Amino acid sequence: MRSVHAEWIKLRSLRSTWYTVSCLFVLGLGITTLSTLGANKDYWGRTDADRAVWDPTGRSLKTFIVAQLVIGVLGILVVTSEFASGLMQTTLAATPRRNKLLAAKAIVATAVAAVAGQVLMFASFFLGQAVMSAGDVPYAHLGDHRVLASIVGGGLYLSAIGLLAVGLGTIMRATAGALTTLVGVVFLVPALSGLFPSWMQGIFDFWPTLGAAAIFGTVPDANFPHPWVNLGGLWLGVLAILTAAFVVFRRRDV
Amino acid sequence: MTTIEVRGLTKRYGSDLVVDDLSFSVEPGQVTGFLGPNGAGKSTTMKMIIGLAAPTRGSVTVGGRQYRDLPVPLTEVGALLDASAVHGARTAYNHLLALAVSNGLPKRRVGEVLARTGLEGVAGKRAGGFSLGMRQRLGIAATLLGDPRILIFDEPVNGLDPEGIRWIRDFMRSLAAEGRAVLVSSHLMSEMALTADHLVVIGRGRLIADMGMADLMHANGDGTVLVRTADPGSFAYHLTAAGGTVRDGLEGSLVVTGLSGEEIGKLAAYHGVPLSELTPQRASLEDAFMELTKDSVEYQGAVV
Repeated sequence: MRSVHAEWIKLRSLRSTWYTVSCLFVLGLGITTLSTLGANKDYWGRTDADRAVWDPTGRSLKTFIVAQLVIGVLGILVVTSEFASGLMQTTLAATPRRNKLLAAKAIVATAVAAVAGQVLMFASFFLGQAVMSAGDVPYAHLGDHRVLASIVGGGLYLSAIGLLAVGLGTIMRATAGALTTLVGVVFLVPALSGLFPSWMQGIFDFWPTLGAAAIFGTVPDANFPHPWVNLGGLWLGVLAILTAAFVVFRRRDV
Repeated sequence: MTTIEVRGLTKRYGSDLVVDDLSFSVEPGQVTGFLGPNGAGKSTTMKMIIGLAAPTRGSVTVGGRQYRDLPVPLTEVGALLDASAVHGARTAYNHLLALAVSNGLPKRRVGEVLARTGLEGVAGKRAGGFSLGMRQRLGIAATLLGDPRILIFDEPVNGLDPEGIRWIRDFMRSLAAEGRAVLVSSHLMSEMALTADHLVVIGRGRLIADMGMADLMHANGDGTVLVRTADPGSFAYHLTAAGGTVRDGLEGSLVVTGLSGEEIGKLAAYHGVPLSELTPQRASLEDAFMELTKDSVEYQGAVV
């Protein structure tokens, strides 16, 4: 508990933390506004069949694509900023039990990601629905089928990315390397996924931005009939990365 | 049980043997100077003491336990290995607060150590704007948070101005005077001469000397006396007769061994020889250090 409290003091005492969180909301809600403003043309330009699968909730939550990167930066910096400055030596002198220290960092980073991510998901939903309502496009209510599940699942998705970032930061120890890897995971692999052999589809079902992002949709998708399973797979993958992070963090000299 | 015990400590990085079967202990109530040329393995040894690096072989205990087994480390050991290791955007106060909280120490300790290191005025300032001297003070403040019995400092005076060096030196002395064990590394013998009571000298990772400062001085050419008089020839005869060994020094002076300054003074008074100079020669510690480590510096400069 002491370690968690200490990590929280460290995180909250940096202005960059709050700049990053502000950035998350400005960027996230900005993208929600723009994408839902564009919904009018998109919706009325559709065929009737396409209108039947119109998903105003998913549309408003699309902002997760950028939000996951900002939240990832926050998670990475919780670890790599200490390696960059050498502060990790002082921190480990005060808390020599490395598992305890890394657990504290993971808890604090994930908690911040969960709270900020969840607030962003709700805010994006309400903002997006308001914009679409004004733009004469069918929109959703919080009580509609699967809407709340998508929003809450979205928060859990972003929390998983925050935790993944802590793991990557610990393994790579450098901000640039960890961030490049994260961008590769959430953007590059999904962009190239169509080119990869079909046996990899099994992994892509649980991959960020790909299968795991099925949670953001409210209209049944034949490819992902059980979005919670896909999200659970993402969490398992993240926990595997985190386990590797614990192992290397314990073994390496600082 | 407040000492550091290093036993057979060895660290290998690939094919480089950085620390080689090193054994020594650090006693309370004195400043132990940890001396060696650059690259001798001082920092690596200190990292192993506080568990940042794992020994290839051997062991280190602090207060009889391994560092990572200390329940509240900051109350037993305060270590400053790198003063620049602070997050530049965090204030001095918050830097210390996070450390204090991680060990369950009360918040008031932060104010106390800031006061002791003279940093109260800049507590709310970001550490990134601190001068090197202020960073050293901040680093030292952090080591004092838990009021530990053992303190470890790696090259604390490196890069400081004379005032800063003096402050650190006096501070080390006062910490030892409070009964704490203080281990300070340096590659500057002259600095250690003014600070340390005991010396542990290493070179290429191996122990070269582990002795009290007074013993080191004595073992390395202490006890010669420089004598100057108007008629060196006849006084040299008296000196030799009294059991001294005399050789000619610069500008007609005599360099005497085997007799103390006091004995030479009495001898001159007895024979009515006026002396213009009588100076006991302290061995230069710098020379002693060079002598000790000459075989173990990493890169020797050629004499031009």
